[in-house]
Amino acid sequence: MRRTRAAAASAVTVSMLAAVTACGGGSSTDGGSNDSPKTLTYWASNQGPSIEADKKILTPELKKFEKDTGIKVKLEVIPWSDLLNRILAATTSGQGPDVLNIGNTWSASLQATGALLPWDAKNFDKIGGKDRFVESALGSAGATGSDPAAVPLYSMAYALYYNKKMFADAGISGPPATWDDLVADGKKISKDGKWALAAEGSNPSENIHHVFVLGKQHGADFFDADGKPDFTSDGAVAAVKQYVDLMAKDKVVAPGNAEYAQNQSLQDFAKDKTAMVLWQTAATTLEAHGMSDDEWGVAPVPVQSGSPGADTAVNSMVAGINLAVFKNTDNIDGALKFVKFMTSDAEQKTLNKTYGSIPPVTAAQEDPAFSTPALKVIRDTLAKSAAPLPQVPNESQFETAVGTAVKELFADAAAGRPVTTASVKEKLSEAQQQMPKK
Amino acid sequence: MTVTAQPAVGEEALPGATGPTPRRRTGRVRRIALPYLLLLPALLLELLVHLVPMVIGIVMSFKELTQFYIRDWGAAPWAGFDNYSLSVDFDAPVGEALLHSFFVTCAFTVLSVGLCWLLGTVAAVYMQETFRGRGFLRAVFLIPYALPVYAAVITWAFMFQRDNGLVNHVLHDQLGLTDSPSFWLIGDNSFVALLVVSVWKGWPFAFLIVMAGLQNIPKELYEAAAIDGAGMVQQIRRITLPSLRPVNQVLVLVLFLWTFNDFNTPYVLFGQAAPEAADLISIHIYQSSFVTWNFGTGSAMSVMLLLFLLVVTGIYLVLTSRGRRAADV
Repeated sequence: MRRTRAAAASAVTVSMLAAVTACGGGSSTDGGSNDSPKTLTYWASNQGPSIEADKKILTPELKKFEKDTGIKVKLEVIPWSDLLNRILAATTSGQGPDVLNIGNTWSASLQATGALLPWDAKNFDKIGGKDRFVESALGSAGATGSDPAAVPLYSMAYALYYNKKMFADAGISGPPATWDDLVADGKKISKDGKWALAAEGSNPSENIHHVFVLGKQHGADFFDADGKPDFTSDGAVAAVKQYVDLMAKDKVVAPGNAEYAQNQSLQDFAKDKTAMVLWQTAATTLEAHGMSDDEWGVAPVPVQSGSPGADTAVNSMVAGINLAVFKNTDNIDGALKFVKFMTSDAEQKTLNKTYGSIPPVTAAQEDPAFSTPALKVIRDTLAKSAAPLPQVPNESQFETAVGTAVKELFADAAAGRPVTTASVKEKLSEAQQQMPKK
Repeated sequence: MTVTAQPAVGEEALPGATGPTPRRRTGRVRRIALPYLLLLPALLLELLVHLVPMVIGIVMSFKELTQFYIRDWGAAPWAGFDNYSLSVDFDAPVGEALLHSFFVTCAFTVLSVGLCWLLGTVAAVYMQETFRGRGFLRAVFLIPYALPVYAAVITWAFMFQRDNGLVNHVLHDQLGLTDSPSFWLIGDNSFVALLVVSVWKGWPFAFLIVMAGLQNIPKELYEAAAIDGAGMVQQIRRITLPSLRPVNQVLVLVLFLWTFNDFNTPYVLFGQAAPEAADLISIHIYQSSFVTWNFGTGSAMSVMLLLFLLVVTGIYLVLTSRGRRAADV
């Protein structure tokens, strides 16, 4: 019996040690190694209409890379909802991919973990230099004042997609420029089972993007100058209330949207059930739902008054996907080569064309394919009136906490419960107190 | 029952063996050590799989573990009891939300376990009678238990959708029971939705276990009772339920632990942010640790949950076995 106990004790000690060393893993191989130069693992985010579609799009490109360099790339496309968790798990265990996609709003949060390779001048030189990239895109690749934690890959911005036929049926001549116009037009459209605007009410990230833009339009930032959460300022409360009121008070958003989280908005839009949707690069998905390009138009996201543009109003976040390298990769040279390949002018054109996004590489933007009316709106927005989400380490917590608060407010609105300034403020205050104290 | 150590057959055959010879002693040592030796691999794995993460979790609960330290959590600063005091400060939002989630989970568990047990027992008792189609029905009843949880819960999530779901189609469009289509995945109804899926998923297990338990009750007992004039209800009360007592004791405990800790059902139904009315503690802790990256606080909540479940299980076992002993006398 005593022997068993001793054996158990030593087993615990050994496995504890193993676990502890595994957790500390990565620190010994900081900066990566070249132990496995012939393969790379790449986690791509789900960009197209489905994971299968993404595999189909990316595989031929990866074959090109393999042909050029002899490095085989193992591709895994990860649904958006799982991506952050998977990255987090990989960070903790040290067992991650070599190269991965991250949402650009998470850059500063993930940078804080220290798991991603910093893009200093030396690393940028290996992929052709920092000045190849658009500045606003680099602005959402890490905290201000430090080397970016990732490299921009696809750039996007929000725009207002409108259904031309539904607008014509309601006797509306063009897309609204201000929120008041949107509500006025919306009231004309919202009847007989048709609705004016779509929202993904149960998707915290989607909520946060709209609320952030409205916050900017009300002069609020959600974080103060020191990077501390400031969710209950008058501007922030007004922004959240204005967004939820589109359903609660103005009744231009269908109550059913309160439970949407899986891009159902785009289906409703393509099926002529909803006339407008605020989206980033919806073209591919709309096509997949059977809607042809001439059936919809694109306009800038509305502002409070005046028009969007420099010095007037922010009307989008700088959206996009960044490409990062895990610091403890076993193929650091291959990983850098892969980033160089993916951000090369030719690949940038091919991939961004397919996904309907804008290349964050200046030279690639000149391709005429990015000057269609729809992409021109997005390009202009990115150049003139888009702001990056707060680049603070707590950004991802902010997305969840405030995004969930907005989800709950939408649920109240859908159930017909009153959404007041006080109830909005209370929810935001609860959200703020859930943020880590540091 | 007493176990008497008996010499092995081979040893007994040794002629003239009067005292313990060295060979015999090694035999005995081997015999005593063998069970432990055989248990050792399982024990080691058990330690690795359960105990080690538990110990790590307890250590984490005393640390200030945020995104700055997850890559090397050993380096995170010590937080003392801060994570615990934050979690139990019921006047502040974090503690208040945890307490709310705890009550929701308690109500959910009591209802779900109760309904699972009731449905399972009723079905098992009826299935005792032989009738045409019994085998088919038994198989049908076990389908929810055999289906992969994710596939089943995703199907439920589709059915609960407000605008296109089957549930509203039946309740509202066909039966006209509600004035307008209801929300099931957000707001207060989400509790009902969660309960329905949980019971649907859990009762076949109760059915299976109770059915197995019923096989052990001798038929003669019922025959004798029938001769004495006992009706169906009396037979169930006096024979079936008391005989099922040991089975039920384990069944209810297992269902309680599974339901209280259920993560898959709410996660697949509602995603990362469950509605307030259905904010089960498992998903609440998940959100506290993995979504807001506050791993220290999440661990503290987990440790408290573990302690709570240990205490409840202990009290339950003491109470039920005391009851059983009393019944035996």
